[in-house]
Amino acid sequence: MWLKDSSIGRKFIMSITGLFLVLFLLFHGSMNICLVIDDLFGTAGYNWICEMLGANWYAIIGTLVLALGVVVHFCYAFYLTIQNRRARGNDRYAIEARQEGVDWASKNMLVLGIIVIGFLCLHFYNMWWKMQFAELTGIHTSMFDPADGSAIVKALFTDGWCGIIYCLLYIVWLVALWFHLSHGIWSALHTLGWSNLIWLKRIKVIGTIFATLTVGLFMVVDVYFLGVNICSMIG
Amino acid sequence: MDNYINIKVRVWRQAGPKAQGHFETYELNHIFQGASFLEMIDILNEQLIAEHKDPIAFDHDCREGICGMCSMYVNGHPHGPDSAITTCQLHMRKFHDGETITVEPWRSRAFPVIKDLMVDRQAYDKIMQAGGFVSVNTGGVPDANAIAIPKPVADEAMDAASCIGCGACAAACKNGSAMLFVAAKVSQLALLPQGKIEAATRAKNMLAKMDELGFGNCTNTGACAAECPKSVSLANIARLNREYLCAKFKD
Ligand code: HEM
Ligand code: SF4
Ligand code: FES
Repeated sequence: MWLKDSSIGRKFIMSITGLFLVLFLLFHGSMNICLVIDDLFGTAGYNWICEMLGANWYAIIGTLVLALGVVVHFCYAFYLTIQNRRARGNDRYAIEARQEGVDWASKNMLVLGIIVIGFLCLHFYNMWWKMQFAELTGIHTSMFDPADGSAIVKALFTDGWCGIIYCLLYIVWLVALWFHLSHGIWSALHTLGWSNLIWLKRIKVIGTIFATLTVGLFMVVDVYFLGVNICSMIG
Repeated sequence: MDNYINIKVRVWRQAGPKAQGHFETYELNHIFQGASFLEMIDILNEQLIAEHKDPIAFDHDCREGICGMCSMYVNGHPHGPDSAITTCQLHMRKFHDGETITVEPWRSRAFPVIKDLMVDRQAYDKIMQAGGFVSVNTGGVPDANAIAIPKPVADEAMDAASCIGCGACAAACKNGSAMLFVAAKVSQLALLPQGKIEAATRAKNMLAKMDELGFGNCTNTGACAAECPKSVSLANIARLNREYLCAKFKD
């Protein structure tokens, strides 16, 4: 199977799953923005989305496809990296200068990815466990109503010192994700062949914009609740 | 102004493919900065021969930047610290008095060391044999203007064709990937009408050979293009991806 046995096939899988995850994150980030809007204007947009998605069959299928995407991306990441280390061989250069125009993120994609997945586990415990999982199984995993996603998020992020630590942890996560995407997005487009002498420069800009947009959506929410929390702790 | 400098050269010495290599440091005095890097190595070798020591084995041929033989990793860069040149085009004026210059062979699994700085680059030849050609019937020579090719296309094909197969791309790549080389060789033909006929099989066969020989998966870090003595563009890799993916989806 060429998707497994050829280098471009493997890269193709990597880029498709990566881009799919980016699209999901864009949706997820937009949804989170509702939290801030709700908090400012007293609306209930976030919970409305939570309710709509909840544990419906399409949300479940969506989650499963997403999980598959992450697993495939993750497995291929290791597969690729192990092969590449082998191709490099055991003899390292005594002096390895850095080249101009080679971004740091591109050489550390696996490490950045591992940071991302580490926090993803934490995130699963914090959010998904208390929302979709609780709703699916009917087990009470927290003191909140699983459909009241908004309350769960707010409780976590505005819980005094604990909230501050969570906000800062999420910021570390988001920074790692930004670096991963700052290389990942344009690299994926390049792998799909959507690049030439002119577009090479453009897709790098597009990649940076989308990485910033994706991470920015989450960052706004995080920083907002950090602010709210600190204000309430002081005041 | 070019002056005479005294330097130390720290060179990788390895007696044979299986032998354990090590660095050896040699002092070299009164080297003119107008000399090329390879001339400096020649002078060093004469000094070694005079001392009844084994001279340093290194690949070189044209000494004018067109054959691609002069493979050396100088101070952490393939072909040394200058950009867009081969080692034979590197001048000693890039180095200063008292400097210690570290010289290593290409280090990549697909380029095993033969001796000292010499590595086996037959892997690139094997990739070429897998498809880096156009099949034509010999016979009457066609008129040069019979097939019109737009100037921008011809330019891009020529830029890809400037690849001299030196191996710096794979040597510099953290993934040990030969993608820039394969991409250049696929592009120089895929861009031109004469090469289009076999374009799909060429891309498939050359890539399959590259994978078979144990080169890595390209992750678009771009070290190859930054170190390429002929400034072959990363855009060629996108073309190779495109050619390959289209061919596979058609199958
Ligand atoms: C949700 C999170 C993630 C997103 C949105 C994402 C996105 C991407 C994208 C768009 C690419 C570019 C594909 C390409 O170059 O062809 C990529 C590559 C990569 N990702 Fe991820 N990724 C995520 C999580 C992870 C995780 C968890 C790991 C590993 C443990 C990982 C490891 C890698 C590696 C090693 C590459 C290859 C580098 C390359 O091909 O340039 N990623 N990712
Ligand atoms: S692409 Fe550049 S670095 Fe690679 S073999 Fe050709 S000339 Fe050398
Ligand atoms: S000796 Fe021919 S390119 Fe350097």
